Amino acid sequence: MCTAASKACSTAAAVARPLLQIERLTKRFGGVVPTDAVSFGIAADEFHAIIGPNGAGKTTLISLLSGEITPQGGTIWFDGSNITSLPVHRRSRLGIARSFQITSLFRDFTALDNVALAVQAHRGHSFRFWRDARSEHELRQPALATLARVGLAERAGMRVDKLSHGEYRQLEIAMALASAPRLLLLDEPMAGLGPEESAAMVQMLRKLKGTVTILLIEHDMQAVFALADRVTVLVYGRIIASGDPAAIRQDAAVRQAYLGES
Amino acid sequence: MTASLEPVVKPALDAAPGAGLTPRTALTAVLLAILALLPLYAGLTGDPFALTLFTRVIILALGAVSLNLIMGYGGMVSFGHAAYLGIGGYAVGILAKEGIGSGFAQWPAAIAASALYALVVGALSLRTRGVYFIMITLAFAQMIYYVAIGLERYGGDDGLTIYRRSQFGGLIDLNNKTLFYYLCFALLLASIYLVSRIVNSRFGLVVRGARSNERRMRAIGFPTFRYKLVCFVIAGALCGLAGALLANHTNFISPALMHWTRSGDLIVMVVLGGLGTPFGPLIGAVAFLLLQEGLSRLTEYPDLILGPVLLLVAIYVHGGIEGLLDGRRRG
Repeated sequence: MCTAASKACSTAAAVARPLLQIERLTKRFGGVVPTDAVSFGIAADEFHAIIGPNGAGKTTLISLLSGEITPQGGTIWFDGSNITSLPVHRRSRLGIARSFQITSLFRDFTALDNVALAVQAHRGHSFRFWRDARSEHELRQPALATLARVGLAERAGMRVDKLSHGEYRQLEIAMALASAPRLLLLDEPMAGLGPEESAAMVQMLRKLKGTVTILLIEHDMQAVFALADRVTVLVYGRIIASGDPAAIRQDAAVRQAYLGES
Repeated sequence: MTASLEPVVKPALDAAPGAGLTPRTALTAVLLAILALLPLYAGLTGDPFALTLFTRVIILALGAVSLNLIMGYGGMVSFGHAAYLGIGGYAVGILAKEGIGSGFAQWPAAIAASALYALVVGALSLRTRGVYFIMITLAFAQMIYYVAIGLERYGGDDGLTIYRRSQFGGLIDLNNKTLFYYLCFALLLASIYLVSRIVNSRFGLVVRGARSNERRMRAIGFPTFRYKLVCFVIAGALCGLAGALLANHTNFISPALMHWTRSGDLIVMVVLGGLGTPFGPLIGAVAFLLLQEGLSRLTEYPDLILGPVLLLVAIYVHGGIEGLLDGRRRG
């Protein structure tokens, strides 16, 4: 019997038991249907990218998976259990972490404080009122290691509002990584980055690849094709194609969707 | 790897705000020294008024410390904080009237009743934010205000005189004005210390994080509501204690204790002193109440001057009303 936790098993048996499986997930906002009966699965340790023109419903999909919005229909399975109605913080406890497209950090804290808070979220309850949390090695050490992982160690003591835009994006990833998630949802981590910063981000994501299951939403096609194991194309809330990067490149429907866009 | 990173952590840990002798810490030190020596001055000059005034300042500063915990650090702008002064005061007054004079019963009752009220109000209001939160806390405070007016047995609109201050056996005699002053001062310092511990603890960082960015707090795995609620209850309990002190100070309770303008005064004190700073509420309370006292001697309409002064402070010192509601963006 295969378990999703076993790496060898999941690669051998493809998507026999995926880490994440969504079935006919549907979200409507009035007349708009950003997620229209979407179904797909992601295997453990897979790097899965979702692309699509503006308004395709990519960010909505991430928010549905992280639990910030609830769907009108469909089911989300994570590691074999139905999480469709779990609140955000419970999903986070299960190991689903997300980054935000629009940088979402604690601006009046330092970079290290930010990541330490994300570590703290997964170290039991926080009804501890007396000890100075900034002196706790149990929180600071893993936080610093995570900062180092995204290349921000030397910015640890700096207040977030003093960081550059590129560093914001790195810190965004560090916040999501700090909880040692099993599924990482990345919402356009390259947004607003210059060519060099983008290249650095691709480098960093390449290092993460294989160590954690990743669902990436991205506009930067070069990055997507360089990183992803599989690509799903979303247009107006529907999946029009899904497959490995080479197949997607050749897909007629995808080409048409993108030509129509430009 | 971790060893080589250690020097990086050190400055991060030491870079706590407010380190070193800034004008602000100097002001705080001078103010504390004056407050500590005040009874001496009152004794030498034989002027009891100064002691009475400053006892009141210190008690209201305690209320402001409590409000600062939720408003300054937690971003929860409660416009009904005077309700706790009333509940704490009425707990003392009602028990005194019913023949229970022991402070060991009265004060815990004041704290517990305030905490319970905070639990109910918090549970119902903390899912809202911004203006809605302000209006709900105000509405509850108004409700309690009218409940107090309806308490015929305890004086209704006219209030109730407390003939004996809380009894603590032979431990401390609250009728001794100097002793009572020092008790209030000690409780104020203890609560400032308590709040400064809380806001830097794991719990405090969760509450501050929720003020800064609640959506992200949930995304990284915090059920923020329960932390904010507990914070709200702690603040309520603390302000209930201030109410118990106030009733003992004036020997009198009335619905005026929790009039909505007094909730406004507490907000002004906190904003004036600096949101989210440990000694800010004390500085704000001293500045506000002395300004009010001084102006009321100069003119019949002190608010005519006080209002514009506060307006200017609100606009230019802390990023204005928006900064108050959203948590300071511009620092």
